[in-house]
Parts: sequence; structure tokens; C-alpha cells
Amino acid sequence: MGVRVQTEDFDLSAEVAALRAGRPNVGAVACFVGTVRDVNEGAGVASMTLEHYPGMTERALEAIVAQARGRWDLDDCLVVHRVGTLAPLDQIVLVAVSSAHRGEAFAACEFIMDYLKTQAPFWKKESTSQGARWVEARESDDEAAARWR
Amino acid sequence: MNVTVLYFAGLREALGCDREHLVLPGHVRTAGALREWLRERGGAWSQALSSGSLRIAVDQDVAGADTVLHGGAEVAFFPPVTGG
Repeated sequence: MGVRVQTEDFDLSAEVAALRAGRPNVGAVACFVGTVRDVNEGAGVASMTLEHYPGMTERALEAIVAQARGRWDLDDCLVVHRVGTLAPLDQIVLVAVSSAHRGEAFAACEFIMDYLKTQAPFWKKESTSQGARWVEARESDDEAAARWR
Repeated sequence: MNVTVLYFAGLREALGCDREHLVLPGHVRTAGALREWLRERGGAWSQALSSGSLRIAVDQDVAGADTVLHGGAEVAFFPPVTGG
């Protein structure tokens, strides 16, 4: 099980390889990668800076993963979330889940992302053509998380 | 009691403060009471801390207005999260 908050980029292939190394019981790995877009809320985005709450961030991500492990029969989980200043096309977050079968892996991966979007203490500030602004939380994210209750 | 209070993101910018150490008056015993006490500073404090969507954490766990504080607690106020 891994939860990492870091400024450095991650290598999806290498992370998945490490996740399932020596685990022949694993038949499925589901992954999500979040990336920086160049447009948000009608404005061009030149860069994005991610702030977080050191200590609580890792704690919240571990709690989200623990919930996923309680709900589904999983082999392993990995969450890597970057912070600092990123540009369009950059990777932001990786969620990878391994299990015996695909149903649990797909569901747990989506669950972890939906909860991360509403509970993990990160905040994004965008630098746009119209100036710098903090990204607003979306109702659709709350609705996505609520689906799992 | 002594507490450490942290402010993040847009809230930190509105207040011009990222953290402070406070000695609370005797009647301030919950996170909600702390919030109201801070709002009494007026100006940006009154405005920014009145947001209905303000989130609270105590000792790095999700908290609410009724969460009871203790000496040495770390209290954080922040806007809704936008990670991922």
C-alpha cells in the first residue's frame, strides 16, 4: 500500500510494475491518471499550482484507501499525487488498484478518485489569461462521492 | 488553552495569515466557537470566516463546529478541496 505526495513526476509503467511485482494472485490492475488541461471554466490555463496540508493530506489519502480496502477485496493500492507548479499535459495524480478480478479493481479505483476529489486537502490555483484564480470545488464531485454511500 | 491555527489556499490569501498560535479565552471550547471568536476581529476575518462552505480540521482529521478542542490542538480552516 502506498500513498505519496510529491513534486516529482511519476512513471505509470514503473509504478504498476512495482505494484504487482511477485503477486501472481493478481489478475487485474485498474489505473487512473489525472492530467492538467489547458482550458478550465472558459479561460486558457497557462499553469496550475497545487497546495496541500502536509500531514493531513497523507492521512486523508490513507483513510480513503483503507475505506476502499474495507469495501472490496483488493491486493494492493497506490496513490501518488503531485504538488507544486504544473503545466498543461503534466500528470497530476495516479491511482492504481490491483485485485484478483477486474470488478473490484475498477470500482475501487473510481471510488478512491471520487473520495480524493472531495476529501483530500489539496487546492489548485490556476494562472490564466484573465489572471490567477483558485479553482472552485464542483457539485459534480460531491455528487460522484455521494453515489458510493 | 493554547492552539495552533492554520489557514490554507484562498482563505489564507484573504486573511493574509497562514498560521498563528493562540491562547483561547475560557469560553472558546469548540472549533465553531473558535471560528466565531476569530470573526470578532472584523474586516476580512469576519467576512472570510463566515463562508458557509468553510471546512475545519482538528489534529488533521475532518471536524465540525461542534468538535471539542484541547490544549495543543492543531486547528485548520480551509475552502472546499480541489485536488485530483
